[in-house]
Amino acid sequence: MNRVVITGIGIYSCIGKNLDEVRDSLYEGHSGIVLDPVRKAFGYRSGLTGYVEKPNLKGMLDRRARITLPDQGEYAFLATTEAMRLARLDPDWTEKHIFGIIYGNDSTAKSVIEAIDIMREKKDTMLVGSGSVFQTMNSTVTMNLATIFKLRGINFTVSAACASGSHAIGLGYHFIKTGLEASIVCGGAQETGHYSMGNFDALSAFSTHESEPTKASRPFDRHRDGLIPSGGAATVILESLESAQGRGAPIWGEVIGYGFSSNGAHISNPTVEGPVRALRMALQEAGLRPDEVDYINAHATSTPAGDSSEARALDEVFGSARPCISSTKSMTGHECWMAGASEIVYSALMMRDSFVAPNINFEEPDEDSARLNIIKKSLGKDINVFLSNSFGFGGTNSTLIVRKWDKLTAL
Amino acid sequence: MKNADAIIERINGFLVEEFEVEPSRITPEANLKTTLELDSLDYIDLVVVIESHLGFKVKPEDFQGIVSFQDFYNYVIPRVHTKELV
Repeated sequence: MNRVVITGIGIYSCIGKNLDEVRDSLYEGHSGIVLDPVRKAFGYRSGLTGYVEKPNLKGMLDRRARITLPDQGEYAFLATTEAMRLARLDPDWTEKHIFGIIYGNDSTAKSVIEAIDIMREKKDTMLVGSGSVFQTMNSTVTMNLATIFKLRGINFTVSAACASGSHAIGLGYHFIKTGLEASIVCGGAQETGHYSMGNFDALSAFSTHESEPTKASRPFDRHRDGLIPSGGAATVILESLESAQGRGAPIWGEVIGYGFSSNGAHISNPTVEGPVRALRMALQEAGLRPDEVDYINAHATSTPAGDSSEARALDEVFGSARPCISSTKSMTGHECWMAGASEIVYSALMMRDSFVAPNINFEEPDEDSARLNIIKKSLGKDINVFLSNSFGFGGTNSTLIVRKWDKLTAL
Repeated sequence: MKNADAIIERINGFLVEEFEVEPSRITPEANLKTTLELDSLDYIDLVVVIESHLGFKVKPEDFQGIVSFQDFYNYVIPRVHTKELV
């Protein structure tokens, strides 16, 4: 079995368009949530959203590459470009070596709706143009990035609701661990436009605390009233230790555990038992006791039911170990298909710079969150091991565990 | 009725914008496909920009006999005039 290490990370999100900006936002507890009047005019109950600036890729990509990219593909291109640079991967290397891609994505609504609108109006399918079909397929991110970066290994998209990005990394980990691949671009992407989240808003799942957008996302807090949709993209480059060391790549950490489960229950209501199984599976694979985990990046999205279930699951598994816990969704909102990957990036930055980012807006616990060690303010702390939870509709659960890289663990 | 030069100027303008080519490379004698670096997918976008800017629909197979920009102008200009007369 191969050891699997992280050699590059990249991010494009509502709290920063690159790692440096995001690191500062995490440390300072900066929220990326705004009130979007377009959503209100469109009929949303809640106009709250993470604000993600639309990139301008002219000059970075040729026309052919640009017209096949939807918004989340643009985000993913920038996140992957940053991760490639940090991993010291140039196009020449990726062209000469087998390099794969497994990315999480579970919708591309804006591109679909815009294409259908044109067909309805013009009564001629050809007038959607040649880029449309490549924007509208769920695998749009992987098909575009594999083409742009000339990746010739495994190539597919993982669709697993709000655990998509986490499962993508988990699958990449297994492909490398078992020797099927040496290097894989993993990650998750999430579109942000108002077309993409209207039917989610319909479920009354979003916070309506519109008077103070930056205080609306309050995971684990007693007065939370729903999640806030957000988006962007995050890339995590995984390599076998042999591949990474062979080319002298920087190593950010080692993936040592991936646990997964399905609740087999309600389509949207969470359970405690499902996440508990994913958590225990990841710990068992990592060979760790609960008290050996220094930090948990919780899935907690700020919904009343979801946060309580996760709090109970964490208490059941970690009990008296009481590791530091925060939900970075308090700052980012819920980055959905991207979240499982972005929260690995956020946690990796904390691990590198020895701090725990705060769970902002956590002011008053409820009976479940009171049993956890939730971090309210930025905390200086060495993180040797972190764990990240991601759960999604349909009861899909994913837990990843990453250990800090140092010379001792390399032996 | 617009004169041919005005129509050609308009055509060149949207081809430069859509296909991101240097304006100086577009001459009546130049090869349309190689100058605009058109592949099979790009002809679909040529149909789109003609409909968008000139208001009539083109069949992709109509492009088969078009080699130079002059051929392209010769194809487009009568259709612009026909549209104006309708």
